[in-house]
Amino acid sequence: MQDNLQSSSYKELEQKSKYTNMFLRWFLYFVLILFASYFIFPLYVMVVTSLKTMEEIRQGTLLTWPSSLNFDSWLVAWGGRGYGAGDTFLRPYFWNSIKMVVPAVFFSTFIGAMTGYVLTKWRFKGDQWVFLFLLFGCFIPFQAILLPMARTLGTLGISNSVVGLVLVHTVYGIPFTTLFFRNYYISVPTELVKAARIDGAGFFKIFFKILLPISAPIIVVTVIWQFTQIWNDFLFGSTFSFGEAAPIQVALNNMVLSSTSVKEYNVDMASAIIAGIPTLIVYVLAGKYFIRGLTSGAVKG
Amino acid sequence: MKTLKIEELSKNFGTTEVLRKINLEIDEGNFLVLLGPSGCGKSTLLNIIAGLETINEGNVFIDDYNVSKVEPKDRNIAMVFQSYALYPSMNVKENMIFGLKQAKTSKEKIAEQLEKVSTFLQVDKLLERKPSQLSGGQRQRVAIGRALVREPRIFLFDEPLSNLDAKLRVEMRREIKKLHQQLKTTVVYVTHDQTEAMSLGTKIAIMNHGVIQQNDTPENIYNKPSNTFVADFVGSPSMNLIKGKLIQNSNNISFIAEGSNLEVPINNYDFNEKSDLNNKEIYFGIRPEHIYFKKLNEDDFDINLRADLSEYIGHEQIVTLDYSNQEILAKFPSTIKIELEKEVKLYFDLKHTSLFDLKTKERL
Repeated sequence: MQDNLQSSSYKELEQKSKYTNMFLRWFLYFVLILFASYFIFPLYVMVVTSLKTMEEIRQGTLLTWPSSLNFDSWLVAWGGRGYGAGDTFLRPYFWNSIKMVVPAVFFSTFIGAMTGYVLTKWRFKGDQWVFLFLLFGCFIPFQAILLPMARTLGTLGISNSVVGLVLVHTVYGIPFTTLFFRNYYISVPTELVKAARIDGAGFFKIFFKILLPISAPIIVVTVIWQFTQIWNDFLFGSTFSFGEAAPIQVALNNMVLSSTSVKEYNVDMASAIIAGIPTLIVYVLAGKYFIRGLTSGAVKG
Repeated sequence: MKTLKIEELSKNFGTTEVLRKINLEIDEGNFLVLLGPSGCGKSTLLNIIAGLETINEGNVFIDDYNVSKVEPKDRNIAMVFQSYALYPSMNVKENMIFGLKQAKTSKEKIAEQLEKVSTFLQVDKLLERKPSQLSGGQRQRVAIGRALVREPRIFLFDEPLSNLDAKLRVEMRREIKKLHQQLKTTVVYVTHDQTEAMSLGTKIAIMNHGVIQQNDTPENIYNKPSNTFVADFVGSPSMNLIKGKLIQNSNNISFIAEGSNLEVPINNYDFNEKSDLNNKEIYFGIRPEHIYFKKLNEDDFDINLRADLSEYIGHEQIVTLDYSNQEILAKFPSTIKIELEKEVKLYFDLKHTSLFDLKTKERL
């Protein structure tokens, strides 16, 4: 009798916990879907609007599905309408941005790696102060340095050029990249450097042959970070460049704000998506390597 | 000619004195162990020998040549590290020949060395593997191999076994010993493990607070510790140090423990200096393994002590005894049955005692 009573009450408890679990699970899905739609909604509106004709936009609502797949506004955003003056389109500025972002990401990442290497493996008196001052660079509001930077670029004769923007982004990227690499290299055993020194490797050989080959994860993190920052930058781009030399974000702004006649929402939306695609690509491509780098790491046993 | 000579060496990190006036010599083919608790400066000393740390005062000579300002790669040394420090991005082969390649050794010579060392250390099947694909023991072997291929004058080992588990550590210890027997290269080996030091070293230098306490053969370190630090540091459990004083009358010298009136005769003790001994306050040192349950030698001193506690550790037991309110330990075979809370008749082996000055802590 006792046993029966026990087992029946256990069954009851089991049922109860099953219902609780089910409820929690559905609640979890509900919350997740809610948040996901919150983020997807603007993207949906952008994509849908970019595919509509102006006629459709005026007549339908924000959410209505486009009547057909119409990439005309994308082509206009990318290559323009083909008539002479006043036709702004993204293509030249897109290449400006590429010409700016590739060297700027490369140099800031490389210099950051070097600095991080020195600050952790070739320590010198006062190195923690150097690091501290570098960190200040992460917290300086960029508006504060616009004027001195403009003077500097002017003196160097590279204002309103892609080269000037590369310099600005490299300089202001170094605090972040140094922080990333320093924190990564601090966990790499210093004994590796000692062993290499006994083996006869010098400063650069140790960096290129020993440390850089194991830095893939942090390089990917840094590249994602720097690429996003530089590609999406508007402040430096709009301050230090205009007209022909402007990067894509500045051109996008000019396009959207300077439309003389009717607001072409479909072209605006297509332009915005085009301006955002490269960062998306970097995330999708490098994100994979990032995870792979994390799991295959194993510097130490 | 000394393979390695260290002369009046001092080292500071800022205001902290890490090494103070170190003097050390090693003859060709010797195995010197630097033994001491953590923070005693032994690893710093090794790094200085390797040239990885700078010197504040003093000199380091290798083969009578002053290398104090010579780069690590030009000192003709090789080093094995605690974390093995294998280059993670290179495979075993690349790891082992990295140093030779830096030294611009000819391809044939490299291949020959690699072949010789990798077969010798039985890592010839692992040459294509990355360090992350090796077990702890294999990594250890590769690290030793990387040092071996360079055919150095001196091998430096920095706690190479402390990352291994207990069983593997004993195996690798034996392999290092075998290696030294076969190659007869001079070795400087840093460890905090006294068993390692005892079993490997032909000489042991015990360090504490940046000073060498005793530099001697393992036998002398164990039997004739030069001060209470060495006596306490070496041996497990460590030497019993019983507080008391000496009584000298005519030709007899004996020891009386604090709070007791039992005279322990120590006429046969080999004093460094035999004057002014009467009433001297001392520590009477006797190792737990030199207190016997049965009389073994003619002049063993019999004594009745109360047993308070017995710790069984398999092949033996450690018994806590009360010697006029001073706690002392003794080691017996675990087959002996000892009644606790009762007096037991025991024997002190007086041939294996050490006496230390209570004030200076130095051996008498």
